[in-house]
Amino acid sequence: MVSAVFHTSLDTRGAGAKSPRVAVATIAPVPAIARPVEPAPPRPGYDWRGLALKVVPPIVGIALLIAIWAALTRNSTSFPTPGATFAEAVKVFSDPFYRNGPNDQGIGWNILFSLYRVAIGFGLAAAVGIPLGFVIGRFEVINHMTSPLISLLRPVSPLAWLPIGLLVFKAANPAAIWTIFICSIWPMIINTAVGVQRVPVDYLNVARVLNLSEWKVITRILFPAVLPYMLTGVRLSVGTAWLVIVAAEMLTGGVGIGFWVWDEWNNLNVKHILIAILVIGVVGLVLEWTLISIARRFSYDDA
Amino acid sequence: MKSFIEVQNVEMVFTSRKGRFHALREIDLKVERGEFVTLIGHSGCGKSTLLNLIAGLTRPTSGVLLCDDREIAAPGPERAVVFQNHSLLPWLTCFENVHLAVERVFAASEKSDKLKERTQAALDLVNMGHAAAKRPHEISGGMKQRVGIARALAMEPKVLLLDEPFGALDALTRAHLQDELLKIVARTKSTVVMVTHDVDEAVLLSDRIVMMTNGPAATIGEILRVDLERPRDRVELVEDSRYTHFRKAVLDFLYTRHGHVERVAA
Repeated sequence: MVSAVFHTSLDTRGAGAKSPRVAVATIAPVPAIARPVEPAPPRPGYDWRGLALKVVPPIVGIALLIAIWAALTRNSTSFPTPGATFAEAVKVFSDPFYRNGPNDQGIGWNILFSLYRVAIGFGLAAAVGIPLGFVIGRFEVINHMTSPLISLLRPVSPLAWLPIGLLVFKAANPAAIWTIFICSIWPMIINTAVGVQRVPVDYLNVARVLNLSEWKVITRILFPAVLPYMLTGVRLSVGTAWLVIVAAEMLTGGVGIGFWVWDEWNNLNVKHILIAILVIGVVGLVLEWTLISIARRFSYDDA
Repeated sequence: MKSFIEVQNVEMVFTSRKGRFHALREIDLKVERGEFVTLIGHSGCGKSTLLNLIAGLTRPTSGVLLCDDREIAAPGPERAVVFQNHSLLPWLTCFENVHLAVERVFAASEKSDKLKERTQAALDLVNMGHAAAKRPHEISGGMKQRVGIARALAMEPKVLLLDEPFGALDALTRAHLQDELLKIVARTKSTVVMVTHDVDEAVLLSDRIVMMTNGPAATIGEILRVDLERPRDRVELVEDSRYTHFRKAVLDFLYTRHGHVERVAA
């Protein structure tokens, strides 16, 4: 009985917003008398232990790293100590958007320019790679046609593509974007294609029995079924793109976090390099997190 | 007078990397309009293969299948299939799952309110009207199977093809859904071909039981006509001597004469 009541209340909550009629219908069969006053479950004490286990180890890990860093740099003149780096970071982040000419801009601008290149290169890669993945997954012939090419080109180092970009576009910025494009396209093609190939046969049989149009098959069956795979591809691609941009910018120059690292190396400002490394890590992490949360939003549970 | 579904001398040979597998041989079967036919046999006897052939999901190696005097060349909504594992699309709600089918069949001739009405009516028919807004993972296995049946019925098919629709359900839910299926079929007068491995289910539901021999190269061993008047009541039937007789006939075929010998994996 308790479970029945439990379900009913759930039903009401779930359906109530959309259709009140449905909600009424589900409540009706349960007699009012039969509904026991549910005792409030005992409030569990806050799980301090669980929280401590989650929070303390990472803090200890970071503290340990900084401690080792501090110990190693205690007597060093060339490598900055954690304290000095932190002081410098405060200075750098207190004015992130200054502009003193093309080669000296705030860290905020550097990050934004890098993100902008990643966005363009990655966006183009998605626009080309995802549809291509669909086609490769759907048609066996094209799969056999392209798979040797993909196997051959995928392992090529990002920077090997840069000269091609420079040759074709005759400018540094499009060349960097080209490099990101070509390096981040593979995971999206491959994952989308695999996703299409792994669409359960049952769903495709449903489509065949219903005799759905190709458009309906794509929008109602293929796309939703492939989406989780596709988002995995996108996540891997963004990671790759962010790895590549730093390297590409070191070579092409301009404004960007990668160029900043190289520039500070030429200035022998190691503190800034350390800050840049941290910033690159954090931005990469944020990109990854964002995409994981998007992917979770779109993943369905077929239990 | 031609029969509604005719299977004429059908052979089915699967060719895979491991070699050829002769699944079905010399299948001849006629199903009349409004008839309820079950295919029964041990696992691996090709009963699902035969159903898929009637559905048009696979094509026979040789032989002809006709439905309403037309050759079955491809699957189509006039031969609706209820799949063993419900096959609802997990990203659509129950309503949308059924609506997808309704839309396909009736969108050309009817307005969108009418389509929604049909969808809701189909869900109500299987007593799932209350779960229209839910997604398949939020409802139980029995409920999913009901929505699967609703999706098939909503298309107003000429033939309802059921592939072990209740196989994955517990005994009580299965009995309940069998009763509902009987009522629905009595109301809609559908022609039904159903695959099962459950003897009681076959006797309770069918007009005729098609018993298949063991594979490879399985064929129809015997066809049993179940002359029990409808509506049938499972509780009363248990004491009916005819019911016991039919049940025994099927059991006799399956276990005494065609006992299943598990082939040792090569």
